[in-house]
Amino acid sequence: MSRHVVATAQEIPPGGRKLVMVRGRPIAIFNLDGEYYGMLNRCPHQGGPMCEGLITGLREAKQPGEYVYSRKGEILRCPWHGWEFDIKTGQSYCEPERIRTRTYPVEVEAGTKVVAGPYVAETIPVSVEERYLVVEM
Amino acid sequence: MNVEVRSLPTQDAPAASRIAVGDGDIHPARSGAKDFHPWLSKRWVEHLEQYGSPSRQGWQAGPAYPKSQPNASRRDAYPPEGGRPGSSLSFMQQQHLDPNNVELGILNPLGSGQGVQNPELSAALCHATNEWQLAEWTSKDSRLKASVVVPYEDAIASAAEIRRYADNPAFVQVLMLSRTAEPLGSRKYWPIYEAAAEVGMPVGVHAFGYGGNPVTPGGWPSYYIEEMTGHSQCQQAGLTSLIVEGVFERFLGLKMVMIEAGFAWAPSLAWRLDKHWRTLRSETPHLKRLPSEYMREFVWWTTQPMEEPEPREHLLDTMNWMGWDRLIFATDYPHWDFDDPVHALPLRISEAQRRAFFLGNARNVYRGCAG
Repeated sequence: MSRHVVATAQEIPPGGRKLVMVRGRPIAIFNLDGEYYGMLNRCPHQGGPMCEGLITGLREAKQPGEYVYSRKGEILRCPWHGWEFDIKTGQSYCEPERIRTRTYPVEVEAGTKVVAGPYVAETIPVSVEERYLVVEM
Repeated sequence: MNVEVRSLPTQDAPAASRIAVGDGDIHPARSGAKDFHPWLSKRWVEHLEQYGSPSRQGWQAGPAYPKSQPNASRRDAYPPEGGRPGSSLSFMQQQHLDPNNVELGILNPLGSGQGVQNPELSAALCHATNEWQLAEWTSKDSRLKASVVVPYEDAIASAAEIRRYADNPAFVQVLMLSRTAEPLGSRKYWPIYEAAAEVGMPVGVHAFGYGGNPVTPGGWPSYYIEEMTGHSQCQQAGLTSLIVEGVFERFLGLKMVMIEAGFAWAPSLAWRLDKHWRTLRSETPHLKRLPSEYMREFVWWTTQPMEEPEPREHLLDTMNWMGWDRLIFATDYPHWDFDDPVHALPLRISEAQRRAFFLGNARNVYRGCAG
């Protein structure tokens, strides 16, 4: 397990996302109201690039005729076949017990700490003034 | 929405290490109505501006059921230079043909004039579509082959269009849509089958169309998922009609390709037809064999969207019954229900079966593609 500096925190505004590479793996990073989440950029169904999916909410019905819309901005639909995933946990909604997508913890670290190490900054230069997104893999 | 990096290419391995594939269902798109103008007379250009091109359905334009994704397309299939998904050859090469190692791609243009209610306009638009395929696609990438798009409700005009391209090797199949005004085996369509058999092209029947009938046999449904599932019901009705009307007895050498409507239903349809024909044979004495035998000899199927049963091995039973020479891999690029060749067939099969499924069958079916 190592910690990888992948972007500055301000690069991804709330509601935004960015594709990064960590140890050769494509990871989609999402900003949900200031919290950051990482997800493997391959749908477990047929490999669709998750980072280009639609971010939406959750539509549920306890019974026909009663509809509840919740968790706005927290559900990702694969850009190919539209399978729904919880950005925070990777859980699917078509078969929640069996199908999930791989997620990676993302933390915000101060530049002073990142510069001190032992972080891997593969592609971006770091400075003490910035805040950085760190993926653990 | 903030997508900062396009994830291209999405694939894990370089094309050279991938199995070569044929793709029986690629949808090239126009970037706009003017793309067809070079091949339309001034009369039709002005007609389109003044009157439009109403289809044989209750909607002026577009599909009866809105799709689950804009333009029915993958959200990552928009060309970087702009335009609709499927309208850029260079992006199609970069995103699909090259990384997926496509050696043979069959173009099935949709929204091209088929089903337009004015029969002369339908014929003019279909012809423009065919010339556009030559000028913009097949002449620029030899992996791509064209379909003769025919105004199928006018079978005489359709047959003339087929014969017009009889000697042009860029055209490898005839394209119809499944929602015809009458069942597919109806006599009104016979000149199409006669011409196709004569020039040696299979007739591909792609899901969708503008027959004017409800999209399910039970009427107009509430949900898009019912339209999606209804494509197989529509193809079952069309294939049943082709068989029992004796089309395969009458037009020897005719080959049909059922496109984008699934295939796992084929055995159950065949079993039901056989059961009924054994008791009702005297009603259709022009059939010389069991209905299933016509199906297995004269019909092929594109695979996308593949059924995905649990366990997956159930598909093997279906494929074994149909025969490993029947299925033609297809992606439906750039549409949203795209099947990826790397993930579409997670089954243990022999190398010979895999090669037939992904390319060999396509080379055998499409005219002049034997390689």
